[in-house]
Amino acid sequence: MTAGYLARKVGSLVVTLFAVLTFNFLLFHVLPGDPVRLLARSGHLDPQEAAQLRSLFGLDHSLPVQFLIYLKDVAHGNLGYSFAYRAPVTSVIGPALRNTILLLGVATVVTVAVGVLVGVVAGARAHSRIDSSTVTVSLALWSLPTFWTGMILLILGGVWLGVLPVSGIATAGYEFTTWGKVEDTAQHLVLPALTLVLVNVAEFVLITRSSLVEVMSEDYMVTARAKGLRRRVIVWRHGVRNALLPVTTATALYIGMVLGGAIEVETVFSWPGMGLLTYNSVLQRDYPVLEASFLIFTIGVIVTNFIADLLYHLLDPRVRQA
Amino acid sequence: MSSPVPGTPSVPEGSAYDLSEPVRMRARWLRALWADRLGRSGLLLLGIVLMLVLVGPILFPFHPTSFGASSASILQGPSSRHWLGTDELGRDILRQTLVGGRISLLVGVSATLIAIVLGAGLGLASGYFAGWRDAVIMRVTDFFLVLPTLPLIVALAALFGQSLVITSLVIGLTSWPQTARIVRSQVLSLRERPLVQRVRSLGATDARIIGSHLLPNLLPLIFANLVLVLAGAVLAEASLSFLGLGDPVHVSWGTMLHFAFSSGAMGVGAWWYVLPPGLGIVALVMGFSLLGHSLERILSPRSREAS
Repeated sequence: MTAGYLARKVGSLVVTLFAVLTFNFLLFHVLPGDPVRLLARSGHLDPQEAAQLRSLFGLDHSLPVQFLIYLKDVAHGNLGYSFAYRAPVTSVIGPALRNTILLLGVATVVTVAVGVLVGVVAGARAHSRIDSSTVTVSLALWSLPTFWTGMILLILGGVWLGVLPVSGIATAGYEFTTWGKVEDTAQHLVLPALTLVLVNVAEFVLITRSSLVEVMSEDYMVTARAKGLRRRVIVWRHGVRNALLPVTTATALYIGMVLGGAIEVETVFSWPGMGLLTYNSVLQRDYPVLEASFLIFTIGVIVTNFIADLLYHLLDPRVRQA
Repeated sequence: MSSPVPGTPSVPEGSAYDLSEPVRMRARWLRALWADRLGRSGLLLLGIVLMLVLVGPILFPFHPTSFGASSASILQGPSSRHWLGTDELGRDILRQTLVGGRISLLVGVSATLIAIVLGAGLGLASGYFAGWRDAVIMRVTDFFLVLPTLPLIVALAALFGQSLVITSLVIGLTSWPQTARIVRSQVLSLRERPLVQRVRSLGATDARIIGSHLLPNLLPLIFANLVLVLAGAVLAEASLSFLGLGDPVHVSWGTMLHFAFSSGAMGVGAWWYVLPPGLGIVALVMGFSLLGHSLERILSPRSREAS
């Protein structure tokens, strides 16, 4: 990786982050109009109090100045004050972010692993019966709304079978040992993570499959066959290794998609993460929290894309030379 | 531009073919779709859903105020009187599902139209005019491509309110970047074709080149993309409405599931409330995505070989 490439990528990252902050500012601070006027609509706010509120929130400055104040606040980690929790937004978001990373981390690892495995099995036997039924099942899974899949799993696993917890991240009212706590969290994790795996695995199956099908027709695969290598070696060592490149990019794009899924799944299973926080902030019209959640979601996507770009660059010598 | 201009030097074969292609292809497409396994399943699935949703409410009209007579009639399982049971207010779920599909479809279609017009327009402008306009449009497109869609839709809907128009706008205004990219790359290749070069040298205006020469050749591609955007838009509407950000008066499948969820239907195992609207969404989305993938396969010979 050349320094020039890295510098260019970092430069583009900084520009994108700035664009995101500008977009966020416009979306939440400029478009909805003056929040004090909205407050004053109830009639309990006289002009003097309104003016006080305006200067308290810095709304008496011009928009460019407000934007600079906004940038300074974000740079200092000040994301505002939650109406509903009556606490700084950052302290509300901290634990939620941790829980979401746990859920999405586990779900992502399982999704990619299962998706690649099934994709390889199907792609190695392109156009066979296994292959075409895999494609059909994948398209069906892709069509499942995340929240609905969660609702169905909740009824099946939680209510009918009654074996798995369906709500929250921990059983309330119990004192657990460390190990017991891990086990309890793991049980709560099963249904939400399974939901995410089910609805997202198709993406990886289809990408791995079509990538492998393409790689299998390359000249070097013919060579490998001509050398008399065993099929398993051909598929795994020569095929899959090269077919996995698009999967890294897909994983980065998937992060953007799965954040939406987190809102749905966490809502259904009351998993106390960023998604549930977003949902609650919508219900309670807690705009500072909604704004901060959106900002964190967006920055998460942009940073993962950045990392995927670098990874791709490291993994594929052809891109490196180009 | 239907007949070759007299006195032009011998025209390459390809350009004459391009002219008649859009017209000839229409019939060929339908046949190709029907011949393709995915395409046929998609057409059949969509046919069934459309039939149920368009004709169903005429035969089984839903009255939003036909509440159950007593608490004994709420969240009841399927019976001879209510084939798919009742909701938390004792209303018939079958009738509600049939009419709910219309709302889901309506929002999906309007959002898609907004996204396609915006995406195709920007893609065309970007690819055709090139230069700084291309650079600006593509920068904006890439920016929107990277924004996480559902959080963005949720934020917009939370800020601007709940109605069918706002839901359609919010989904439409966030679903165009993919279309813009696809259309742009096709325009880049079309504008270098001999036919386009030739009409340009004959003094055709930009509007004429775009309207009569580029657009007809882009339509198949735009249509294939439209069907896939539709699938995404229906899913987006469902997710948004499930989160309680749909129009509370015009109840779509997503909004039905929101009420099922918030009324605690799942806790009592009321599968008859959760299954019908959900299966409706799945059928609609799957129908559109089968059709879209099939169209893509028919249109691009390369992916036909690969898959």
